[in-house]
Amino acid sequence: MFEKTVAELSRALGRKEFSSAELTTVFLERISRYQNLNAFITVDPERSLAQAKAADVRIARGEGGALTGIPVAQKDIFCADGWLTTCGSKILSNFTAPYDATVIDKLNRAGAVCLGKTNMDEFAMGSSNETSYYGVVKNPWNPETVPGGSSGGSAAAVAARLAPAATGTDTGGSIRQPAALTGLSGLKPSYGRVSRYGMIAFASSLDQGGPLCRTAEDCAWLLNAMAGFDARDSTSVDAPVPDYTKTLDQKIEGLRIGLPKEYFGEGLNPEIAQVIQAAIGEFKQLGAQVLEVSLPNSQLAIPCYYVLAPAEASSNLSRYDGARYGFRASDYKDLLDMYCKTRAEGFGPEVKRRIMIGTYALSAGYYDAYYLKAQQLRRLIAEDFRRAFEVCDVIMGPTSPSTAFKIGEKTDDPVAMYLNDIYTVPINLAGLPGMSVPAGFDARGLPIGLQLIGKYFDEARLLNVAHRYQQVTDWHQRTPKGFS
Amino acid sequence: MEWETVIGLEVHTQLLTRSKAFSAAATKYGAEPNTQACAVDIALPGVLPVFNREAAHMAVKFGLAIGAQINHRSVFARKNYFYPDLPKGYQISQYELPIVAKGHITIDVDGSEKVIGITRAHLEEDAGKSLHEDFHGMTGIDLNRAGTPLLEIVSEPDMRSSKEAVAYLKKLHELVRYLEICDGNMQEGSFRCDANVSVRPFGEKKFGTRAELKNINSFRFVEKAIEFEVERQIELLEGGGKVVQETRLYDSDKNATRSMRSKEEAMDYRYFPDPDLPPLVLDDAFIADVKKTLPELPDVKRARFIKQYSLNAYDASVLTSSREMADYYEQVLCESGADPKIAANWITVEMSAFLNRDNRDIATSPVTARMMSSLLKRLADNTISGKIAKEVFEAMWNGEGDADAVIQKKGLKQITDGAAIEKVIDAVIAKNPKQLEQYRAGKEALFGYFVGQVMKASQGKANPGQVNELLKNKLKP
Repeated sequence: MFEKTVAELSRALGRKEFSSAELTTVFLERISRYQNLNAFITVDPERSLAQAKAADVRIARGEGGALTGIPVAQKDIFCADGWLTTCGSKILSNFTAPYDATVIDKLNRAGAVCLGKTNMDEFAMGSSNETSYYGVVKNPWNPETVPGGSSGGSAAAVAARLAPAATGTDTGGSIRQPAALTGLSGLKPSYGRVSRYGMIAFASSLDQGGPLCRTAEDCAWLLNAMAGFDARDSTSVDAPVPDYTKTLDQKIEGLRIGLPKEYFGEGLNPEIAQVIQAAIGEFKQLGAQVLEVSLPNSQLAIPCYYVLAPAEASSNLSRYDGARYGFRASDYKDLLDMYCKTRAEGFGPEVKRRIMIGTYALSAGYYDAYYLKAQQLRRLIAEDFRRAFEVCDVIMGPTSPSTAFKIGEKTDDPVAMYLNDIYTVPINLAGLPGMSVPAGFDARGLPIGLQLIGKYFDEARLLNVAHRYQQVTDWHQRTPKGFS
Repeated sequence: MEWETVIGLEVHTQLLTRSKAFSAAATKYGAEPNTQACAVDIALPGVLPVFNREAAHMAVKFGLAIGAQINHRSVFARKNYFYPDLPKGYQISQYELPIVAKGHITIDVDGSEKVIGITRAHLEEDAGKSLHEDFHGMTGIDLNRAGTPLLEIVSEPDMRSSKEAVAYLKKLHELVRYLEICDGNMQEGSFRCDANVSVRPFGEKKFGTRAELKNINSFRFVEKAIEFEVERQIELLEGGGKVVQETRLYDSDKNATRSMRSKEEAMDYRYFPDPDLPPLVLDDAFIADVKKTLPELPDVKRARFIKQYSLNAYDASVLTSSREMADYYEQVLCESGADPKIAANWITVEMSAFLNRDNRDIATSPVTARMMSSLLKRLADNTISGKIAKEVFEAMWNGEGDADAVIQKKGLKQITDGAAIEKVIDAVIAKNPKQLEQYRAGKEALFGYFVGQVMKASQGKANPGQVNELLKNKLKP
């Protein structure tokens, strides 16, 4: 059962080959068995099974939809009514959400079963899942390596077949990079496609929720349920949402693929370069044309991102002051002391680092030189993509400059860690949809991801292109050793 | 040395929207603490603000009323600081691009007009309240007010005396109530004022260093706080000292200001555009729609009253001091057909005295416009005299019904029957032979005495004109 994709499970549930309760039980047992991965922060079998049984009733009545009865692991950044919602932080370690995020609400309505809340980098700040208050998550492909981040728990869970699908969020690569490092298909939709309501904010102008699945087809199924305008999120876009499953099989003959020359230069692991070139070869076989494009400002994306994202975060995280909910330090002598101790004890070092960077960037006298400058760069980066998309339909390249690295390898060097997102960050800055799909393995048997970047709100095309690729390759069907 | 005072005011007006600026919670004043604070207001993780366009409607209404340019695109920004009654750790405000740009207001001080510039007016959200009493050394937080929309109206430093400042403030107060965008209640904090005050030697072009006075919640305190502060600054300068730029708190009990924080301690609010809210874009159609809802503005109404009803400037300004007052007056005119000047007198003198005495405003006056009209009609058709009318008014005020009911019940109808009046006169003359003799001997001042006696004998009901005329004849030798 656990080897099946969402699409396969949905069909099996519809044919009543097994019930959602049975299916959910299988995954709950696997979650329990593979606890050493530390993929989940909260598991609540009773709650999950109650949802599964309700789904079974719906299916029995013939009222089930595509996702009814499908267990989905939820990144612990989404508020889910009645569930502990920590965002990977000590400061929310006692916070039970009193409401559903729009994404959770939509998946609930679709009949999906919440399988639990997955581990993540604290407040989604990290590329390795090592900043979580709840400890590091292990990569199922090699437990000595990281699963990527910040949606590391979701990625590890799906890769280890502890869940058929999971939600993630992507601010600078947090869906695509873990997808690449664990051999999954992950989609970051265009900014505004999926509601951010109830998704705990890291950097509001960059955050976007999306699915982490085994296949592009599954991503389409999940996105169908997750996407759409939400009046509660003023940045969500009021545009029609197509049925993403409808266009999956479209032919891609004549598709123009742009390869940004900046994505194949120095710093890219040659093994990865080779795998990406091989993948491009497959697309040529499928009738696509390949041409070179240029994203001249992409090298500025990391410094630009590391001004803007921390600036927004420094403000977004101000609400965690111990006054109304969450962790509050126990010994304090006055208000200021309460704030200082609560935040000093409640946040981890990476979160503090980014709050300090962001506070600095917004300070009087520095605002123009940092925040304003970064905003200008952001426009230049978006302009690069606009120009590139004049001559191509999809841009492709590596998702990450390296495969999964060793736990602890980069924790002492924040800049080395930040450089992991060099190929993913520009897409968030531009607000474009991006995807990572498995394209091969390195010599150590670790997965390599191919990144696909689309035009605004062209998720359907990305899914279509990725799906066609997955019909002629089997990288996405590999299961890490010990988990099959 | 002669010193000149320079004052600029920042006024926070709470907008009368039904729900909050960025959430659907209600804005009603005085509810149980924390019963009007939703997930957005208490800043739960993950919540997002959604702007209430009703607030934009009100802000634009104000902008149009002060002849200001409306910015078709304005931007919400975050003002970051930590305080327990500020749940998000930042206030959503407008910084670089406010909704209302430069405008002006004309004030009247001692009979001369002066134009006061308004730099800008921007939308922002109110904070909650910290309650320091009744919590045994702890602080209580009430977030009912958190997120209530405010329009902050910033003036140019155009005022030169506390008197001008009060005149400006009153004018603004009148205007926002006219526009029905703010209830103007200063006790409840829906109309709050901070004053920037500095002094400079007369003739000096450069502004002196200013102090910002906070916590002034009545017109009287504005005047007193500014006066105290001006004196403090002059004394300081004349003693060879220097004014430091700082925020000072006005203490109305002590009638003094004291330092709250200096410029060095001033907070760095780290303003930046709120990424949760797209720029507020208002198209011409929106502004045109707002324009249609603009009422006749106080200055226009005042000028019209003077012209249309031949009122003097004082009466016109009392009658237009609020929209309710002006509407009351015009309704009375319309229903009673009374002489505008007489109607004006009744409202500005008699009615105002009662309103003041009972601390009421026209909207809650027990004498409605309809009742006032009934009184003026009876006055005009000679059913009652002016003197009786006052008695009738008081009875109406005390809830005894409209003028006709009171006249009927109390038998106050004026006697206009000549024969009946003559009978009374005859009786009075018969009772006062000595006075009659003196009058006829040339002491004409006694005429008034006879009038008084006749009126008294008729319990004030005899028509005074007729009494005069008949009495003159009867007293003739």
